[in-house]
Amino acid sequence: MSSKNALIEYCLRIADNSSILAHRLSEWSGHGPILEEDIAMSNMALDLIGQARGFYAYAATLENKGRSEDDLAFRRDAREFVNRNLVEQPDHKDFGTAIMRSFLYSCLSYLQFRTLMNSNDETVSGLSAKAIKEVIYHVRHCGDWIVRLGDGTEESHQRITDSLNDLWMYTNELFEQNEVDAILLNDGVGVDLTLLQQDWLNLVKEIFSQAQLTIPDVGGYQSSGGIKGLHTEHLGFILAEMQFLPRAYPDAIW
Amino acid sequence: MSDNNHQWPIWEVFIQPKNGSAHEHAGSVHAPDGEMALLNARDVYGRRLEGVNMWVVPALAIVASTPDDVGPFFDPANDKMYRWPNYFKTPEGIKQIS
Repeated sequence: MSSKNALIEYCLRIADNSSILAHRLSEWSGHGPILEEDIAMSNMALDLIGQARGFYAYAATLENKGRSEDDLAFRRDAREFVNRNLVEQPDHKDFGTAIMRSFLYSCLSYLQFRTLMNSNDETVSGLSAKAIKEVIYHVRHCGDWIVRLGDGTEESHQRITDSLNDLWMYTNELFEQNEVDAILLNDGVGVDLTLLQQDWLNLVKEIFSQAQLTIPDVGGYQSSGGIKGLHTEHLGFILAEMQFLPRAYPDAIW
Repeated sequence: MSDNNHQWPIWEVFIQPKNGSAHEHAGSVHAPDGEMALLNARDVYGRRLEGVNMWVVPALAIVASTPDDVGPFFDPANDKMYRWPNYFKTPEGIKQIS
């Protein structure tokens, strides 16, 4: 694989993660537990769409095959999506689960962008410098909620514990790498995720200790394969909804 | 949420538009505590480059004058224009008075 193709794949990965998580958050628009949180969740979704656009657009430019950022977001099938399976998981309209999903991902996203700000690739470093300010806020917003739910009432503690237990099996996969990472690491463009895993755990544990939450048994089943295009059944449903309009009306503009 | 007893308290939001200027009232948010009020205020009122600093204050902590106070509170200022800085001639070279 060439360095260029590796970089395209890498950008798609970041963009797919942002785009799919944005879609999950956007499902809360108009359904937030209170007006202010409704706006907050939509804001976070919009931040993520912005990040996705930046990386899709860069991938499209590098690819130079006449595909646009929209084509990459709306005309690829589930098997071509390289997001981590965590971000596509449904929350079943449970606010705590939505917040936990965003928190677990945002902590990784923060550490990743912090390193990518120093990438040898100017576009990657520029997009990362812009994104990190948004992601720092996402970590804070979601972290604050987790503390309040975990250290709240008996019911809120139990429910956020259930959310954590349900999502934990998708966290190992956040650190999976393949030859794309090896090539970009060698080029000084990417980041070694294995080096971030301990920092991520520390970040997560710090909030969990304030929230009176315990990390589930690490020996349990762990999901795998998002970066290879192997997804849970949920991604197909997300894409069906996300992609319906541009596929049904190819001439639609927005 | 129809039962008022289950509403979170209201926080008044003040935003400082730029360094050195005074905080201005932007509106109010519901939140369970100060930190969440700050985050909510940021999301509701701070999305369009409104400022550089933000305060949230429990609405209950604000002591307000009442409509009955209008006369004694404000009318005596009617004929005292010299209390306005622009009553006086502006010295040369001064760009802003406020």
